[in-house]
Amino acid sequence: MKRLALLLAATLITSGTYAASYQKSSSAAEEKTITLVTHDSFSISKSTLKSFTQKTEIRVRLLLSGDAAVALNQTILTKDQPLGDALYGIDNTFLSRGLSANLFIPYRSPALSTVGEEFKTGEDYRVTPIDYSDVCINFDKNWFADRNLAVPQTWNDLIERKYKNLLVVENPATSSPGLAFVLATIKHFGDSQWRQYWKKLRKNGVQVTDGWESAYNGVFSAGAGNGDRPLVVSYASSPAAAVYYSDPQLDASPVGTMLDSCFRQTEYVGILRGTKHQAEAKKLVDFMLTRKFQEDIPLQMFVFPVRNDVELPPVFKNFAEVAPDPQAISSSRIEKNREKWIADWTETVLR
Amino acid sequence: MIVDQAPYSLRQALKTGLTVGIPVIFLLGLFVVPVVNILSRGLQVGGELDLSPVIDVIKSESLRKIIAFTFVQATISTLLTVIVGIPGAYVLYRYRFTGRGLVRALVTVPFVLPTMVVASAFLALGVKTSFGAILVAHIFFNYAVVVRTVGGLWAHLDHRTELAAQVLGASKIKTFVHITLPALRPAILAAGAICFLFTFTSFGIILILGGPSRATLETEIYRQTAQLLDFKTAAGLSVVQLIAVTGVLLITSRLITRQNIALGLVPADRTPRVRTRQQRLLLLSNLSFMALLLGLPMATLVIRSFSTPTGFGLAYYRALGTLRADSVLFVPPVEAIKNSIVIAVISAVIAVTVGGLAAHAIIRYGQALNTALTIPLGVSAVTVGFGFLITFDTAPFNFRSSWLLLPFAHALIAIPFVVRAITPILSSIDPRLREVAETLGANPLQVWREVDLPISARAYLVGAGFAIAISLGEFGATAFLARPDRPTLPVVIARLLSQPGELNFGAALAASSVLMVLVAGAIFAIERARVGSVGTF
Repeated sequence: MKRLALLLAATLITSGTYAASYQKSSSAAEEKTITLVTHDSFSISKSTLKSFTQKTEIRVRLLLSGDAAVALNQTILTKDQPLGDALYGIDNTFLSRGLSANLFIPYRSPALSTVGEEFKTGEDYRVTPIDYSDVCINFDKNWFADRNLAVPQTWNDLIERKYKNLLVVENPATSSPGLAFVLATIKHFGDSQWRQYWKKLRKNGVQVTDGWESAYNGVFSAGAGNGDRPLVVSYASSPAAAVYYSDPQLDASPVGTMLDSCFRQTEYVGILRGTKHQAEAKKLVDFMLTRKFQEDIPLQMFVFPVRNDVELPPVFKNFAEVAPDPQAISSSRIEKNREKWIADWTETVLR
Repeated sequence: MIVDQAPYSLRQALKTGLTVGIPVIFLLGLFVVPVVNILSRGLQVGGELDLSPVIDVIKSESLRKIIAFTFVQATISTLLTVIVGIPGAYVLYRYRFTGRGLVRALVTVPFVLPTMVVASAFLALGVKTSFGAILVAHIFFNYAVVVRTVGGLWAHLDHRTELAAQVLGASKIKTFVHITLPALRPAILAAGAICFLFTFTSFGIILILGGPSRATLETEIYRQTAQLLDFKTAAGLSVVQLIAVTGVLLITSRLITRQNIALGLVPADRTPRVRTRQQRLLLLSNLSFMALLLGLPMATLVIRSFSTPTGFGLAYYRALGTLRADSVLFVPPVEAIKNSIVIAVISAVIAVTVGGLAAHAIIRYGQALNTALTIPLGVSAVTVGFGFLITFDTAPFNFRSSWLLLPFAHALIAIPFVVRAITPILSSIDPRLREVAETLGANPLQVWREVDLPISARAYLVGAGFAIAISLGEFGATAFLARPDRPTLPVVIARLLSQPGELNFGAALAASSVLMVLVAGAIFAIERARVGSVGTF
């Protein structure tokens, strides 16, 4: 009995001090704190964010809110009582949804001049491009070398008999790279032919998983799970990550990229309508386009900065590739057709 | 002693207000209001209730198929788990053998492991995505629910009743079917109901191990809400889910209350040691089953967490402290463990307080409150999570991005377990004991302290153990709450798993192993705690 009382008292004290320490740290700079809503894959280095706070006296609170779709949908759901001041991580496959929900206020950052035209949306500057990545097929170099088999190069190679049962893709209904890859086939083969192509992929034994983790870490033969398939839908930066996250450090990447199979995803930041910190949020947007932030992007999030005048880290220069001619579909067309395309794909590949 | 001499009726009213009021307010605030809010986004047109989304769901053939599959897989999973769990409960709670406490703690660990990690262990063991894989994984996760719930009651059954039957000529099988099984029925039904809710709302297992063409109500609600932003269809599906879950709970609660066998309960310490060959065989076969089904996947995880490209070593554990250490989101592993423990302890305190009050209300006013408190287990995490976002959005209730929401959400899941741990013991206390105490002038608090607590302290601890375990491993609800900082271990694991590279994966396995040790340690410590004069019925 006494022990129980002690335990309870100890608990209350711990939780009390814990709460107190938290309150203190968050209320110290109340007026100057802005909240950036973003997805779980967000990351930036401490020193970069610190330099922003030092220069502007604005603290940034990060609100990680699930994957990119969940973060966007939560922002739309709460737009009358916004969760934060800016949303980062909305990409071109979801942009149209955010724009038609009227989430963002226009802001034309002076730093935009450093960004290539191909990344700009032409949508009244309601969002600002920050980074991009190419969703492509990755291959296990050793697997093909061991068998003296040529690595597939083109879309049509993938449906050849000698590449039967080698490819694993993600379900577009539950996975963002999965959807990007389906979009690449829609763009390449056109409305009338893409389902035909998937029929052939199915005949050639394509495997489908729920998400990127299961495909890359579970089924891919060069992934952590030592699976049995040497072709996987992942990112053009995956070969660099495979080297960067190895111990002892590898000097060649075990993973390669099929550059003809890529779909480009560009990620944007937007200032949320209803923010009480518009000026501060604008400064944050400007900061995200500075050299400092842009140079930090690759090794933190394994995506490419939109500024082409920043130095890439060696592991990116050596092992990550950029698709020369990636597929793209306008975000309004994606939003209009997403559900139908996913249903068609499901009908073709899974039923 | 000076005793509060308020009139009986006022004291009674106060007691009722506390025991019924607090759980009800808790449930209303954290569950009913958020869920109603989010459902009304899909079911309200110009302020009018519009049930057409529900009808559309029922009319759609593909959605009907999903509903049917949800029921089928949940029913089969539950039946299988109960069938293998009952002998497990028997050997772990009716026998005494060396290392029993450790085995009891270990079988609880799967219950809290991150799905993604477990699925990868199953896949590494050669399990292929299929319907069977779903069933095996569901048994893996829910085995502890049956073993602990049924075992908890079994340990207290008076063995002499069974002996008497056998002396009177009944065979062992007959004794089991006619004496033991009916006595265990409330616990079996309660455990079965919980298993059903968990498997009915299973998410990760269905997606990862079921293969791409399998969908359940839960995965479909997630897709409609989180991916497609179609609140109408999501609300229609959620209503179907709510009706199904409430129905199942009402039926089991009816079945539980209908039986009225006076249970002769005895202190648990009187369980016999394993003696005969037959007993040894039963013990051995059950332990082998546990080793194969639960032990093997867990061992695979732990072994892989040490297996680095350069041989057996601690590289992945070291990586936990160094990987992306320069990121703003980095937390040292010790910090993540601390966050997990603090949140788990707070949520256990909340769950035991609210659950304990509820248990008192339930033995007095019936099972309705129990059913109501259990419904949240059967409702989609995304529905509740999105409901939180639009409910706690205005001052002074703007808790949306407060970390305190997390222990409250975890407590919401843990309360049904606390209630189930405490209620049977409380209802076994002769009410005359309390009446005598009251007649002698004790106030309700004193009655609780002197009569109820000494007898039920252990049950409170068991409930707290469940609450801590649930909180330590919880990720489903956590994933749908905005979580600014203070990530728990499961959050760290999810982050590691989301990037390519063998170090990330290895570190995720290392973090999972740490989580397993943490959970096993917590349960083990709680099981060993001796509090008050436990066992004097």
